[in-house]
Amino acid sequence: MQITNKFRKYISVALGIFLFLLLWEGIIKLFHISDFLLPSPLKVFNTYISMALKGKLFFHTWITTIEALTGFFIGAFIGIALGYIVSKSKTLDRILSPFIIAAQTTPKLALAPLFLIWFGFGLLSKIFITALIVFFPIFVNTAVAIKSINPNLKALMKLVHANKWQIFKKLEVPSSLPMLFAGFKSGITLAIVGAVVGEFVGASAGLGYLIMFNMGHLDTASVFTVIIQLIIISIIFYEIIAMGGSRLMRWHESEKDNW
Amino acid sequence: MISTNKIIYRVENLTKTFESEKERIDALSNVSFEVKEGEIVVIVGPSGCGKSTLLRIFSRLIEPTKGKIIFQDKISSDLKNSEFGFVFQDSTLMPWRTVIDNIVLPLEIKGEDKKEMYEKAIKLLRLFNLERFEKYYPSDLSGGMSQRVAIARALINNPTVLLMDEPFGALDEIMRQKLDFELLNIKRKTNKTIIFVTHSILEAVIIADKIIVLGLNPNTVIGSKIINLPEERAPKLLTETVFFENVTEIRKILEERYANNK
Repeated sequence: MQITNKFRKYISVALGIFLFLLLWEGIIKLFHISDFLLPSPLKVFNTYISMALKGKLFFHTWITTIEALTGFFIGAFIGIALGYIVSKSKTLDRILSPFIIAAQTTPKLALAPLFLIWFGFGLLSKIFITALIVFFPIFVNTAVAIKSINPNLKALMKLVHANKWQIFKKLEVPSSLPMLFAGFKSGITLAIVGAVVGEFVGASAGLGYLIMFNMGHLDTASVFTVIIQLIIISIIFYEIIAMGGSRLMRWHESEKDNW
Repeated sequence: MISTNKIIYRVENLTKTFESEKERIDALSNVSFEVKEGEIVVIVGPSGCGKSTLLRIFSRLIEPTKGKIIFQDKISSDLKNSEFGFVFQDSTLMPWRTVIDNIVLPLEIKGEDKKEMYEKAIKLLRLFNLERFEKYYPSDLSGGMSQRVAIARALINNPTVLLMDEPFGALDEIMRQKLDFELLNIKRKTNKTIIFVTHSILEAVIIADKIIVLGLNPNTVIGSKIINLPEERAPKLLTETVFFENVTEIRKILEERYANNK
């Protein structure tokens, strides 16, 4: 039963992609769109292979991956820590919230040049931009998760004389997992955005840099290739997190097979 | 299994007031009664009469404003966690733990030997006919099964007293009565003292040795009744006249109170 369901899932995804490529090719043929404006899927595929064979694509992917993942881990760590602290103390919540909301409402693209001035054109500035973008959804989800723990479960832990560490480990952590993983999922996709935004503003490597470079050379097929590479790594990271979540939350409604 | 004459709980002039900037609520006013060892005492009363507050004071989740509860000659604030088990209105099972892992939680917190605690849990699962569901998660259980697991968890410490806060209140009538009789069966096998809160007079009469009736404004004891029904009770009891006589008597205590209030 489970195998059939998984098989059905893969077939639907493959079918969806195939239909999308067909539509893409159809539009080009129907409206006689030039390669410069919209290259055909086949052209993009060929460019992808040639860039991959030269090793260029993977080098830049590696740079963006390092920036995105390091930024993600830093942002997630600070988000979880501050989210937890704020959920436990109303005073700290009042003090920190205005700063956190201000940091979130400021467009990150506007901050990117500042980060470049402060941390240079290397990896560090991109890592910090990424961490700042990733931080907020994880911070909010952690705070909400801890605040919304079933009060009867808290009473239960008090009744069985659980100490603070036992409450943290046996109640707060498992109870927060669904919201935390929801935060991780949006965080990881934002991490790629953060790294690319940083690279747009000023970089000498990375997929964002590669997009800008190819745009400068009016090489639309290469730009598409890089975009597809970004989509691929985003999906891989997202799926890794989703799989981690599924392993840890077999009990949760969201992880039950609804197919 | 019948109650001995030894008094296990003595509730003396218990008063609880909740005060906020806007208002003051007298949740309990001068409540006094006694509970004997091995007895099922049911506390009934309308919504807002302080039944759950009373049970939370019993369990030391909250402290009384005035008065005290004396348990076996000790003030209740000195009790250990193994002296009572608590069952909430919703099953309050941890959704990420399997049935058996939920049951062992109180012992796990105490740091008891793993093998021993799982052996105890399996014995309880057998007592509740739940062996098959050992590895199930709470979301795979029906409401009735979840409550059975919650009772098993409350019993794993082998407590002297079981405190139950409307445990079957969210279930349908048929399931509720089934579990009432099942509880009596468990009581026969384990001989626990049970303090049970409900707003259903029928349920109270089915399980109680003694009923304490709480009224509203002031939220205090307005009557009590020893239930003179056979010790071994079965569902056919629900059709007998003596059962309805007891129900009527409790209803009268409540109705007279409200008639006086009008």
